[in-house]
Amino acid sequence: MTQCFQINSRDNTAVLLDDAAAGEEIEIVGGAGTIVLRQDIEYGHKIALVDIPAGAAVIKYGIGIGHSIQPIRAGDWVHLHNCASDYDERSATLDVHTGAVTDTVYE
Amino acid sequence: MMNLQEYSWRGYLRADGRKGIRNLVLVIYTVECAQHVAHMIARDEPDTHVIGFPGCYDNQYAVRLMLALARHPNIGAVLAVGLGCEYTQPAKIAEIAAEAGRPSAWFYIQQAGGTAKSIAKGKEIVARLRAESAETAVIVPMTLADLTVGAECGGSDATSGIAGNPVTGAFYDLLVDAGGTAVFEETVEMLGLKSIILDRAALPQAADQLAAAYEKAEWYCQEVRQYSVAPGNFAGGLTTIEDKSMGAFVKGGSRPIQGVVKVGERPSHPGLWILDSVPDPHFMQFGYTNPNDTEGIMDLIASGAQIILFITGRGSVIGAPISLLIKITGNSKTYRHMSGDMDFDASRVLTGELSMPAAARELLEMVVRIASGESSKSEALGHREYFVMYKHQDTPALVDGCRV
Repeated sequence: MTQCFQINSRDNTAVLLDDAAAGEEIEIVGGAGTIVLRQDIEYGHKIALVDIPAGAAVIKYGIGIGHSIQPIRAGDWVHLHNCASDYDERSATLDVHTGAVTDTVYE
Repeated sequence: MMNLQEYSWRGYLRADGRKGIRNLVLVIYTVECAQHVAHMIARDEPDTHVIGFPGCYDNQYAVRLMLALARHPNIGAVLAVGLGCEYTQPAKIAEIAAEAGRPSAWFYIQQAGGTAKSIAKGKEIVARLRAESAETAVIVPMTLADLTVGAECGGSDATSGIAGNPVTGAFYDLLVDAGGTAVFEETVEMLGLKSIILDRAALPQAADQLAAAYEKAEWYCQEVRQYSVAPGNFAGGLTTIEDKSMGAFVKGGSRPIQGVVKVGERPSHPGLWILDSVPDPHFMQFGYTNPNDTEGIMDLIASGAQIILFITGRGSVIGAPISLLIKITGNSKTYRHMSGDMDFDASRVLTGELSMPAAARELLEMVVRIASGESSKSEALGHREYFVMYKHQDTPALVDGCRV
């Protein structure tokens, strides 16, 4: 079974340890039980372990690493499309899959 | 298991009491116009490394950085090469290297008569400096207590924070326990962690230094609207600078932080230190927080680090002049895909193949082998990237650190 890694018991996210597809059941290493993915998620990316309401802290390493900008369901991919930094505004404009910049003009 | 105090190898004792793990000749050019000649002088001379500053107008920060590199413990001799018009003075660089006990020389390309004559002259000088340096070398035993090891992340992904950096942190704990010195930087990757960092201060004075460095880093990122996070970090699963920061800070291990040094300073005593490479307030406000990985690595080398640990989840190929760079990845796919470049596979702590203490000990033994003369992958491949930029930092007061 593909695994995800929950770093701190307070975390509401975990790091996926391999690529996995929607519907797959994932073992939570460092936490308890399993969770079913709601989307395809890539290696190293975050999965929500519980429902996170809009505006709530997204927690990893036991600390807030930003806040949700829309309601997040347990099993969702947590990334730029639904989680924003409390500091860096530009990251919200980057391509959600590649991280490529979208606001610099090449012409 | 071997006691930490028992690891020993032979190194080069310098006049200031520090010890080098290599005895290199450093060619320093003082303007971009002298860059090609400097590299041609060092070509096919395996022990001869090159750094330089591209600007014609000089910069106090860059001068301080280059002088720290000229007096680095791995450097045994120095040749400074200028074109002849620029503000930065190669004669002064050679003079200060000589005062620090290094055979040294300098010349201007205009006076030497152009490219071909300068390359020939430079090669003759390098041969003479190498011979002098070898004759006067004082070879002594070294232990972990004589080592300063820098750590930098680059091409980070989600594995950096859960494998590569934690293994580095566990190694740092061993190094500090053995009486060695550990220096890590990237205060711009400590955003959101102020209370966590301050809790690690060894003394109230260190907490004040850490608070000031943290606040400056946060202010500077806001001012220049640039945060130390790149497209590849996002593609690798990091979502915010806070996410990246916590993963990066883990490389500092768990020992108390002795204080903060600025670029061109070295720690006044062993233990774990933070290097502040962020520009200080200046009317020009030039410089980005972290223009590239190599820039931060140069700053760590300037603090006296003989070895740099470079933690890269997504994979990088860079090396460094002067110091030995060891590449660690926490990403098993990167390790397999870029095996020719990666020195250490930290992903084994995620699969359960290796415990964290065992990984830290294995990394320590790799550090000792490389300190003893074995090549790291980047050294063997000839990677010697360097980057010296215009920046402003207030000249450090010589209270806690020592000018190097």
